[in-house]
Amino acid sequence: MSFAVFAFYVFAASAILSGLGVILSKNPVHSVLALIMAFIATAGLFVLMGAEYLAFLLMVVYVGAVAVLFLFVVMMLDIDFDELRSDYARFAPLGIFVALALVAQLAMVVSAWQIPDDARQARAKPTEGLIDASGAPVGNAEQLAMVLYTDYVHYFQIAGLILLVAMVGAITLTFRERRGVKTQDVSDQVARRREDSVEVVSVPSGRGI
Amino acid sequence: MDIGLAHYLTVAGVLFATGVAGIFLNRKNVIIILMSIELMLLSVNINFVAFSMFLEDLVGQVFAFMVLTVAAAEAAIGLAILVAFFRNRGDIAVTSANSMRN
Repeated sequence: MSFAVFAFYVFAASAILSGLGVILSKNPVHSVLALIMAFIATAGLFVLMGAEYLAFLLMVVYVGAVAVLFLFVVMMLDIDFDELRSDYARFAPLGIFVALALVAQLAMVVSAWQIPDDARQARAKPTEGLIDASGAPVGNAEQLAMVLYTDYVHYFQIAGLILLVAMVGAITLTFRERRGVKTQDVSDQVARRREDSVEVVSVPSGRGI
Repeated sequence: MDIGLAHYLTVAGVLFATGVAGIFLNRKNVIIILMSIELMLLSVNINFVAFSMFLEDLVGQVFAFMVLTVAAAEAAIGLAILVAFFRNRGDIAVTSANSMRN
């Protein structure tokens, strides 16, 4: 058994076991930590498949951002998680049945389906044709850059737009305007003129205003 | 024995089924439901990358990149909705989230 085969089984087993940990653990913090473990194991599988760029993107985006966001929300909200698990057992048979049926159906599809002979001719971006300026074959990140910034640049831009909309949406949803709090009104301050605020009064001597 | 396409598809299938089961098991807890959706998207990504490796075609990885983007956006929006929902109601039980119906 070569090391690559051994590494595949380690990563696959840890991905599946931490996936089970996500849905079965009592404490949601443990679920988030299991989710992080599943992402790391999947990144390992990606490296084994030769998709290094996506593997490290997964580490940065998921482990670094999304999982921490989940952890933050789990810890910030004061939620009674035991109450939420109250009807856990009620839907367990249905859930297990659906999962097993799904696995059986996927197994049937995978075992019956054959890749057509002309599938390799129908490829849009074969990896073996990509070479750099000196004619040497390029690595995965560079290959991805060569197609992502040229033929798929619109998809790339749309991805950025989706993230922008998500950011604006998340801020709009969670932004809370506090009333009754004395804060600085910058536009009011800037718009203030001398004539509105300062009055020169010549006071006659011996008399008040 | 060599690791081929079927091995990766098996892992992805099991992970997807785990995510589906998680939605059923934790019907009340939106946070776990969101995490289950993340698991399902992750298994879809494994499929895309596995086929990309098998056919030596980069489009699968480009599409996995898009799935990653949408999953990140979905997590951010979902958690923001969750925070807003919690502020309004004081709990996150999805079974009581039908108040707009009445």
